[in-house]
Amino acid sequence: MSSDTNKSSSERRPDWAALVIAAVLAIVAAVIFVDVSRLTSTTGYSPVGPASVPYWIGFGLIGLAIWTVFAAFRHDFPEREHQEVSPVLWVVGGLLAQMILIRFAGFSIATGLLFGLAARGFGARKLHISIPIGIVICLAIWWLFAGVLQLSLPAGPLENLLQ
Amino acid sequence: MSTFEFLLQGLASAAEPMNLLYALIGVTLGTMVGVLPGIGPATTVALLLPVTYQLDATGSLIMFAGIYYGGMYGGSTTSILLNTPGESASIVTALEGNKMARAGRGGPALATAAIGSFVAGLIATLALAFIAPYIVKLALVFGPREYFALMVLAFVTVSSAFGNSTLRGLTSLFIGLALSLVGIDQLTGQNRLSFGVPDLLDGIEVTTMAVAMFAIGETLFIAAQGAQAPDKVEAIKGSVWMTAKDWARSWKAWLRGTVIGFPIGAMPAGGAEIGTFLSYATEKKLSKHPEEFGNGAIEGVAGPEAANNASAAGTLVPLLTLGLPTSATAAIMLAGFQQYGLQPGPLLFATNPQLVWGLIASLLIANLMLLVLNLPLVGLWVKLLTIPKPWLYAGILVFATLGTIGANPSVFELGMLLVFGLIAYVMRVFDYPIAPVIVGLILGPLAEQQLRRALSISQGDFTVLFTSPIAAVLLFIAAVALILPLVLRMRGRGDVLTQMAASED
Repeated sequence: MSSDTNKSSSERRPDWAALVIAAVLAIVAAVIFVDVSRLTSTTGYSPVGPASVPYWIGFGLIGLAIWTVFAAFRHDFPEREHQEVSPVLWVVGGLLAQMILIRFAGFSIATGLLFGLAARGFGARKLHISIPIGIVICLAIWWLFAGVLQLSLPAGPLENLLQ
Repeated sequence: MSTFEFLLQGLASAAEPMNLLYALIGVTLGTMVGVLPGIGPATTVALLLPVTYQLDATGSLIMFAGIYYGGMYGGSTTSILLNTPGESASIVTALEGNKMARAGRGGPALATAAIGSFVAGLIATLALAFIAPYIVKLALVFGPREYFALMVLAFVTVSSAFGNSTLRGLTSLFIGLALSLVGIDQLTGQNRLSFGVPDLLDGIEVTTMAVAMFAIGETLFIAAQGAQAPDKVEAIKGSVWMTAKDWARSWKAWLRGTVIGFPIGAMPAGGAEIGTFLSYATEKKLSKHPEEFGNGAIEGVAGPEAANNASAAGTLVPLLTLGLPTSATAAIMLAGFQQYGLQPGPLLFATNPQLVWGLIASLLIANLMLLVLNLPLVGLWVKLLTIPKPWLYAGILVFATLGTIGANPSVFELGMLLVFGLIAYVMRVFDYPIAPVIVGLILGPLAEQQLRRALSISQGDFTVLFTSPIAAVLLFIAAVALILPLVLRMRGRGDVLTQMAASED
């Protein structure tokens, strides 16, 4: 990914997305500070305890957040290319569906659904074809990995039929 | 025993039928996955790590060596035939190789890449075998502060020395470092940043993270580019064999590429791509046919491909002798070692020499297998490139999640895969490098351990870090590597560094 760092000098407004990134970095630092603050009291014997390094990393993140704010005002971030939202949502939807179903429906149905929805995101529109194809492929993968290679993949109704 | 005897012993162990089979499976799977567009060796290794879970340590590492080299061969095939470099180290190969393929010289381009990779892999692996014992001896005098300084140097070179921006490189590194804090503190047993979630007590799984960051993030990014015109796969016309003239023009380029690539990989300087760019520039300068560069010069494929493989073998020097991963691929390989409770480093050479030398020997064998397999089977690999995009990426996602489910079938782990995949996608959109996150995640706890050991020996006196000459020199180099690029970029001379951008591998 080589993107040019053209600065649009005509724009005076800050780069809002970069400011959001800076805020996220600061929040991560804050979470670290809050979490390790309960550790400090438990270590009195050594000058560098379990909380020291987290504090330094937290300060590093704060420093980077401030630097990012400066970069946002100076428009140091490269121009973003146009991003299509709906394909990303299809893929994320597929991953979510797999995550929710894996416990109840078993590997093949959950992952077959991921296959179909992800393929939809990349332009294969016929879900009534791609989801069954995905389930069959995943059943074959399940048989190969769980049966032959002894990898533990969760079984569901379809897998139980095979066993 | 001498290095030579160790190596022979390793070869004997790697040549056992079962181990040969593991190596064969490794190179085949590695090439298959490495060929897929958009998938570099780091992703290949991360995706295939779970396949090796059921084997013993030796078998698994042998398969791993095959996957690693196979993934690299596969990547060069893709960049020559599809002009979609699967990894940043193949960008240069795509430059000349794809032009050759368009001119109907795809066969010789693939051949010079394959033979060049073989020659470079052979020389570099032998160099690794002969250098490693010396570095191991050196490493034995290293104390905690020297190790810490070495890791700081690795942090700087991986994150900020090369690439588009010091800020974004360092930010990626610190995200990795912050994530590395999650879990039980190794020295005091207290849990940090685990928020009462039992799944987090062991820390964030490196393989989950690598698969999420590389495979899922990349897939989301490609999805977000929308429907573009499909990339054209160049058919291989004519003979795949090189003519006498091709040989004459290639062999010096192979050797030069090896000489350039190996030291760069062996130093904690990050990825293989720097070597490929240097080799390309060298070949362009030395060529008798400079006008051909940009239009398909065979030296422009031969040199960088050799440099690429030589640095890959080079990165194994710090990994095996010091336990120091200097690239994302090496970081994932370290995770592979750790799943068997093995910590690479000088001690491993002493306590488990069969394993280390077996691994080095299998690299030689994998290299030879690839040469034999790759050219005859190139038609098969090309077929993989013609899989329509929806099925290809849906399949990649299935495989990516398969590894995580196989290692730990929990909803929480799949959730992490999704969350980190989305983070990686956003990072890609904003041009943050990915490799520093992985290196930070895996080296963070090791660096912290060494630092705290050094400081508890000195009873909290920080100057101790600079009073050892080795540590002081390493920290000084790290400081230069951090500040020099900043100054260069401020003066508008950052183009050179951008060209060497390390985005993967």
